[in-house]
Amino acid sequence: MDRFRMIFQYFQSNSESVMNGICGLLALASVKIYTCFDFSCPCLPWYNMAYGLGIMFVPPITLFICGLILNRQSLVMLEEWRRPQGHRKKDLAVIRYMCFSIMQRAMVAPIVWIVVTLLDGKCLICAFSGSVDPEKFVGFANIGLVQVQQLLAKVPCKDDELMRNNTSRKAVSRYLRCWSQALGWSILLILIVAVFLTRWLRPCFNQATLLQARHWSNYIDIEQKIFEETCCEHSRLFAHKCILHFFKSMRQEIKLHSFSFPRQGEGAEGGEDLLRGITDQDQVNKLLKMWYYEKPPLDISRV
Amino acid sequence: MDKFRMIFQFLQSNQESFMNGICGIMALASAQMYSAFDFNCPCLPRYNLAYGLGILLVPPFILFLLGFVLNNNVSVLAEEWRRPRGQRGKDPAVLRYMFCSMAQRAMIAPAVWVSVTLLDGKCITCAFCTSVPVETLGNASHPGLSQGEMRRVLARIPCKEIYDGQELIANEVAIRYLRCISQALGWCFVLLMTMLAFLVRSLRPCFTQAAFLKSRYWSHYIDIERKLFDETCAEHARSFAKVCIQQFFEGMSTDLAAARCHPPRKAPADAGEAAEKLLGIIDQGTMNTALKSWHRCKPPLHLHPPALPSGNGWAGEEQPPVHPPVPRREMAAYYSGV
Repeated sequence: MDRFRMIFQYFQSNSESVMNGICGLLALASVKIYTCFDFSCPCLPWYNMAYGLGIMFVPPITLFICGLILNRQSLVMLEEWRRPQGHRKKDLAVIRYMCFSIMQRAMVAPIVWIVVTLLDGKCLICAFSGSVDPEKFVGFANIGLVQVQQLLAKVPCKDDELMRNNTSRKAVSRYLRCWSQALGWSILLILIVAVFLTRWLRPCFNQATLLQARHWSNYIDIEQKIFEETCCEHSRLFAHKCILHFFKSMRQEIKLHSFSFPRQGEGAEGGEDLLRGITDQDQVNKLLKMWYYEKPPLDISRV
Repeated sequence: MDKFRMIFQFLQSNQESFMNGICGIMALASAQMYSAFDFNCPCLPRYNLAYGLGILLVPPFILFLLGFVLNNNVSVLAEEWRRPRGQRGKDPAVLRYMFCSMAQRAMIAPAVWVSVTLLDGKCITCAFCTSVPVETLGNASHPGLSQGEMRRVLARIPCKEIYDGQELIANEVAIRYLRCISQALGWCFVLLMTMLAFLVRSLRPCFTQAAFLKSRYWSHYIDIERKLFDETCAEHARSFAKVCIQQFFEGMSTDLAAARCHPPRKAPADAGEAAEKLLGIIDQGTMNTALKSWHRCKPPLHLHPPALPSGNGWAGEEQPPVHPPVPRREMAAYYSGV
């Protein structure tokens, strides 16, 4: 339990870790959805290609968009990009860095889906069974064009009455699966090599800029979180004050009508300084508007 | 257990996280309900469409309403909407924000049901089996079948055991075709929903960020204020009740002593705190009378100051209780500095 709590706290404390966690969960979800999904090739000439390629590419797009939605940093990046300049200059390098890191994380689950699909082979068999050369396979050679298309389209369906004991069907299936798995492993290899090279060669180029961009993107994220927490604290104290004031004024009204029961005493008035002098609606609205339109300069030496 | 408690505490601490948690649970429940549901296509011409589309569309509607019911903020929204204006203006942007955020969360479970239903394929197969294109997939020139007969045969496609139209169109071919269409629709639906969610989230910082910050702050404020008000009232009620009961016992003790023409027996001076708590009632008879009186004639809800000689707090059997000076929302002037 202690270990779990430590892991949980570690993930919570660092926003990047949280995002990595979400990225991992999405990748696992992607595999799980694929295994739960009941792949059912239609085994009809034009439908096969549409279905097979659809299943291979539409879910990854969905997973990519999900990855963008679930990543809190994408909102932070958009806000930073769209905010008016005000007193604080905008650094495009920071925005580019954030964009890049968001895209990287969002790409993991779609790539996992595509690789799993290729390694499994069903999608490619379904999509391209009509495109193999029938002359290569004994059972499909020397048959009329239209008929051979119909037959080839039925190759993915093992239980179809025409295909049940057809050895050529198994040959086509094995051939396509071999290609599919080769493609899958190649893609995986290329990606891993690319990631490896990126990580190893990055320090050779622009390391200082990278450090700066990473620092300030982290800063923007933290600043946003702290602003939200401060607003929460403020609204709680605001509500507290408001209600106490309300009770006090009720008591005065009651005194006027000669109820003479003295209140037992109210809770401590502590926390006044946390309101920071903001005590009415217009001031709060002005504060929020100012925060958006004119962020303060990054210079706390004057405080 | 510890792990569960920690997760529960984390979700509770942040109201939004809590709502997200409920939302996730409902989505999982929706998927689980679908897999537990025993789908049973009637295999009759017009009933198929009604059944299939009914299972596709009615449970999501119920889940959507349930999403609203389970959301605590519904009553907050309703109160804020219906309250009299008083001294505090009403901001429709805040109401819109609260409604939108509730509706967004309530949409997730129905979307999960519809996606799972479409990706599974049974509903669409059942609903549209009579519309299968027999000319392209089967043998349309099969003799001797009127339109009605053909529809009746096609309607039995989902029920493999009683299907008798193998010469017209093979059962597996039809089912594969319908399931392919259903899954394509399912994935398109999922993609559409995801893109919609993405657009809603990403367009906001581009257009209405300042207004959004304002609405979010004030909707959060309304929620917190309500909770704090309830807590303050509960504290007040507790103190009130304590003093009221104390005065009742004191009044009882004094009255009974007066009735028996001797001063109330005081416990020995050195008995300390326990003696004070006895409130002057130290024998069985007095206690019984006190209990009977508490049942038959509760004291009025009117506390008199402790400094004055404690009068007759026992007002007799018929007097109706006076309302306490606890503020009532509808009638008191709602003064606030906002």
